[in-house]
This record gives sequence, C-alpha cells and structure tokens, in this order.
Amino acid sequence: MGKFNKGGSKEVPELNTSSLPDLIFSILFFFMMVTSMREVTLKVEFETPKGTEIQKLEKKSLVSYVYIGKPTKEFRSKMGTASQIQLNDDFATVDAIGEYVYQERESMPERDKPFMRVSMKIDKETQMGVVTDVKMALREAWALNVVYSGGKRQ
Amino acid sequence: MARKKRKVPGLNGSSLADISFILLIFFLITTSMDTDTGLVRRLPPPPDPNQLEEDVKVKGRNVLVVQVNMNNEILYYYGDEAKRVTVTGVQPGDLRKIAKEFIANPENKANMPEFHPADPPLPLLGAYPVTKNHIISVQTDRSTKYEVYFQIQNELMAAYNELRDEFAREKFGKYFRDLTEDERLAVTGVYPMKISEAEPKKYGGN
Repeated sequence: MGKFNKGGSKEVPELNTSSLPDLIFSILFFFMMVTSMREVTLKVEFETPKGTEIQKLEKKSLVSYVYIGKPTKEFRSKMGTASQIQLNDDFATVDAIGEYVYQERESMPERDKPFMRVSMKIDKETQMGVVTDVKMALREAWALNVVYSGGKRQ
Repeated sequence: MARKKRKVPGLNGSSLADISFILLIFFLITTSMDTDTGLVRRLPPPPDPNQLEEDVKVKGRNVLVVQVNMNNEILYYYGDEAKRVTVTGVQPGDLRKIAKEFIANPENKANMPEFHPADPPLPLLGAYPVTKNHIISVQTDRSTKYEVYFQIQNELMAAYNELRDEFAREKFGKYFRDLTEDERLAVTGVYPMKISEAEPKKYGGN
C-alpha cells in the first residue's frame, strides 16, 4: 500500500508548551494558599507527649504558639539546660506572655479575635511549675482557648 | 498623512513558565503543611481582684481530686470526710474508669455527685437529672513532669468523650460527633466537662 505519509516529513512535531505556564500557575496558587510564612526558628528542643483524645487544629491563622523546652545545643552555654520559654524567635520570660498575646490578638482581623487559640508545645520532661506559670499568664491575658500540643497515640 | 499600518509584534511568552517556576519553588520551600494537633481545652477566666476571697462551698461528695506529687506518683480521692475513698499508686490509665463512674454515678452512691434536674431544661431531654455540680480537680506539684499531667488530662477527656458517646448511642442511636446541634447541646448538658485547673501546691518535700 504505502499510501500514507507519502511525501510527509518524518520529523516528530514539537511539543506545544503554551499551556505550561497555566499549569505551573495553578500549582503555584495552590502552594500560595496553603503556605504560612510565619515560621520561627526554634531555639528550644521539645518532644510533645502523645495522647488518644487528640484533635486537629483547623485554621492556622488563628493559632499562636508558645514553646517550652530545653535550649538547643548552641544556646546551652549561654542559657543553661533549664526549661526555657520561646515566643516568636526569641527566649522570653513568663512576664512577656501577656504582651505577646496582646500583639498576636491585635494582628488578627476583628471577627477572628474571639477564636484565638494558643498552642503550647511543651517538652515531656518539663516541670509543671513553668507550665502553670504560663497558664496563669495566659489566663490573665484572656487567652483562654489553649491547646496542649501532642501527637496521636495508637 | 497616510501612515502605514504597523503590526504590533506578539509578546513572547516563553519565559512566563520560568518566572512562575521560580515563584512555585519559593512557595514550595517556605510552605509547611503539617497541621498542629493536641488536647483542646478552655481555661477559666482570671480571678477577679475586686471579688472578695470567698471560697465557693463545694460539697465533698462532688469533688474528685487527682493529686500528683514531685515523684510523679498519682493518688485520687472523693467523697465527704466520713465516706472518703482514697486510692494511691494510680497509673494514668486507671483514671478513665474511676472518672467515668464518678461523673455518671450510675449507682447513685452517697460519696459520689448528687443529681439535680437540669436548669434551664435541656433541649429534647427537659429537666433531666444531671450531676451538674461535680468537679474534677487536678492538682500538681511544681516538680511534676508535664508528661504525667498531659496523660491525666488525656484520660479525663477520654472519660467525658466515652460517656458522651455512650449516652448519645443510647438516647439518639448515633455517635456524639454525628449528632445535630440540639442533640449535642443535650448531651453536653448531661455531661458538662468540669476539669478544674487549680494552681499547683507543694505537697511535702521540695
């Protein structure tokens, strides 16, 4: 037969990439949505406990974090090994929590303010004294929705 | 002046993909997908400084006290002075059973919480008898490990969740999470979560 492709060129036609930017853009928008830029560099080490009644936290924008644990290796010479509190990017004392809560709350839109949550990421080995001081400070600052951060235990 | 109609050259869009790739990679790196999980609790509002120090009288039979000392040993007690039951050497895992029994008081024991008709009446259930005055108080020492406290909180919440689930199954034939708004209010009215966040005390030693 040999009727087809008689005089046609044997070259493979080039791939049409005109829709590539659209594809990439849609992935880009997805990541822009799910991303949260406020990542802190941790200066304390912690391993949160595990429980069975764990709930997932929706809406990351409503959650503020308080970290409590031992300072990481590089800060140990300066801070010692006792439990330290970290707010934002730096070590802090219990007295700074009120101010921190206030700032976090101010940065939220008005309608979200009542739903503010404070997630406490606390190391297992921490002594309750520190934890209780933090809790009292949160109560004083009217940040009453708290989360004891922890993983799921099977 | 008859100008020659000039043709506008098409914009070359081939670099658009590269630009969006760069943006994509930036967001890929900065993104953190992990969502936080944990025990969700609500703290009581701060004590009012203007209010006179007035101890709210709570009957002994309505309080289950869980104490943890500096060596992370747990004990609990409940009931009035005369009929007090004290158990020492408790593991966190044991607390779920006793907490459930204490909250629900199925046998109407004299050293466990008394029943009152619900006031205001609950939706769907009306003036259902509930142990609304019960309190579970967790008291820790300043040297108690956080892990132990967390496990106790976890077990107490498990007790409430199991009671609510069982009650929802019995009354409405559904799990607690599948209830409608009114049914949920009714169930939480029967088993209100009352875990007191007391300030830590020093129990002997340092």
